[in-house]
Amino acid sequence: MSASPELQREMLRQMQTIRRFEERASDDYQSGAIYGVVHCYIGEEAVAVGVCSALKDGDQIISNHRGHGHCIAKGADLNRMMAELYGREDGFCKGKGGSMHIADFSIGMLGANGIVGGGLSIITGAGLAAQMDGDGGVAVGFFGDGASNAGSFHESLNIAASWKLPVIYVCEHNSWAANTAATMTHGAADVAGRAAGYGMPGIVVDGNDVVAVYDAATQAIARARAGEGPTLLECKTYRHRNHTERPGAVDPRPASEIAAWVARDPIPMLLEQLKQQQGQFSDAEFQAMDDEILAQIEASVAFAEASPFPAPESALDDVFAD
Amino acid sequence: MREISYARAGMEAVTEEMNRDPKTIHLATDAPPAMVEEFGAARVRATPIAENAFSGIAIGAAGSGYRPIVNWSMVTFSFVAMDQIVNQASKIHYMFGGQQTFPIVFRSSVGGGTNLAAQHSQSPYSMFMNLAGLKMILPSTPYDMKGLLKSAIRDNNPVLSFESTRLMGVKGEVPEDDYTIPLGVADVKRTGSDITVVALAWLVHEALAAAEVMEKEGVSVEVVDPRTLYPMDNDTIRASVQKTGRLVIADEAGPTAGASAEIAALVTEDATTFAAMKAPLCRVCALQVPIPYSPGLEDHVFPNRHRIIAGIREVMSAG
Ligand SMILES: Cc1ncc(C[n+]2csc(CCOP(=O)(O)OP(=O)(O)O)c2C)c(N)n1
Repeated sequence: MSASPELQREMLRQMQTIRRFEERASDDYQSGAIYGVVHCYIGEEAVAVGVCSALKDGDQIISNHRGHGHCIAKGADLNRMMAELYGREDGFCKGKGGSMHIADFSIGMLGANGIVGGGLSIITGAGLAAQMDGDGGVAVGFFGDGASNAGSFHESLNIAASWKLPVIYVCEHNSWAANTAATMTHGAADVAGRAAGYGMPGIVVDGNDVVAVYDAATQAIARARAGEGPTLLECKTYRHRNHTERPGAVDPRPASEIAAWVARDPIPMLLEQLKQQQGQFSDAEFQAMDDEILAQIEASVAFAEASPFPAPESALDDVFAD
Repeated sequence: MREISYARAGMEAVTEEMNRDPKTIHLATDAPPAMVEEFGAARVRATPIAENAFSGIAIGAAGSGYRPIVNWSMVTFSFVAMDQIVNQASKIHYMFGGQQTFPIVFRSSVGGGTNLAAQHSQSPYSMFMNLAGLKMILPSTPYDMKGLLKSAIRDNNPVLSFESTRLMGVKGEVPEDDYTIPLGVADVKRTGSDITVVALAWLVHEALAAAEVMEKEGVSVEVVDPRTLYPMDNDTIRASVQKTGRLVIADEAGPTAGASAEIAALVTEDATTFAAMKAPLCRVCALQVPIPYSPGLEDHVFPNRHRIIAGIREVMSAG
């Protein structure tokens, strides 16, 4: 047994935190307190949590446009995340970034990114730095099946394999890129198969099984730390919600496909698993955990609301470093 | 006359031209279901998210007898295709001695006002204006959108269609019958005698609102919409400034090396126009920063009717 019951409970807590955070973010987006666009990770939480649970402090990750889950799994402060979504001064980016650009460099979260495929070469550079530092750090890039078709994916993986960089490329294969099905844009069902062409291992794992993700990530990370190079880790998963939370957008996905994946929701799956491990967890304990999380989310909203909007003139700050 | 939205006008231009010419094809990461239905999946293709590749594919198809219409969606994503645009599309006809034509339209939305932050709120047309070999349109009304886009699709060169995010839902009169608007012809959206405001896209509407306010103060404002950035209708802009003697330029992009700088230069480097000027010109543009997310910050950065009014007053008081 890889992940101890204790770790599994912690993973459950993080997954539920992501879910509750995003449910709130979506509500507050509908009500107008959050602006621009919100992409929810709900249904895919096991990927970020499984992978990040296998990392150490000092390891680095990069995210895409669907970034709240990666942020929380890496340990970002909920208050400052919510304040950023609210466009406030105490947000991670002082209100300049919003949902698509949350970053916390102090914990090795190198940012969400609004450019599909935009983070892949950047995280490869973080891997190069880790290799040159020589203290065993690794870098993880999270991206979608859509991003795997961008040129930056091919170029980055080839370089990482050639230079044996300590990078784990985590493809969150949710079968859709916005409104376009992966079947229309991929010649093969698995992205991981491409790894052979670059000269790195390509692993396919059930992305809704957090323990399976954790195990696969643990192996890939060990390989990277040992100087044996990168891994392409493909996690099969699904987003429960539409591409964005914009009201009125049409969801082209078949209802039966959505229902089949919602039935494999990673959170109840883990809860069930924990309950079956005799005496490890009960519904009452989960309820108490959830109450605690909801209180944290409530506190993050209070923090965000109490934080002032940035002064308009601060729009001119930080264009250049001092 | 019937009224349709700016977005709808663009859609109609594309579908009508695709009906008119079977060599037109459509490439975008999102294949609009209605278009797939009408023209088939062979002509309306859902591409992978690989802008560099599908922009290059458009160049290759264009050079082989097709007329691709590429939709980058936001101009943000054009940057992923920059190598194909800068090193290939803009030069390929010239570099090979004019042997082959490359009729391509690249559509993209520009501008902000949507709290989408720095990457998704850009107006980078002047970066493309600096290249030789690309035409570009920037419509401000549904009528102009449809007429200009049709001309762009029929043109035998790469044409970039910059379409204002803020105007997508704006409605206006558009005839049912086929019509085109030639590239390179500006439109005087309002005539006036005291000052010219050359405004781009959404700011045409803001300039018209500013003109209403100034009218009440006894200042007669002329609003000129260039409509195409390349070719630029120098004559219409210069003629207007020769008449009024004063100029404000309003653009949603930052001022530095922007379209506004080009317009300022084309006015002041012409001796007759320069001689007619009674005051220094004034540019009303976005502040020169990446666009921030939070609403108060974003509002602070973008120009609007109030800043145009302030610009008009400044020029009027200077001479
Ligand atoms: C270069 C680029 N092209 C297009 C877009 C518009 N866009 C935003 S998200 C998205 C789909 C991304 O799909 P995927 O990478 O599979 O991630 P998912 O949304 O499924 O998590 C698209 C096309 C973009 N942000 N960047």
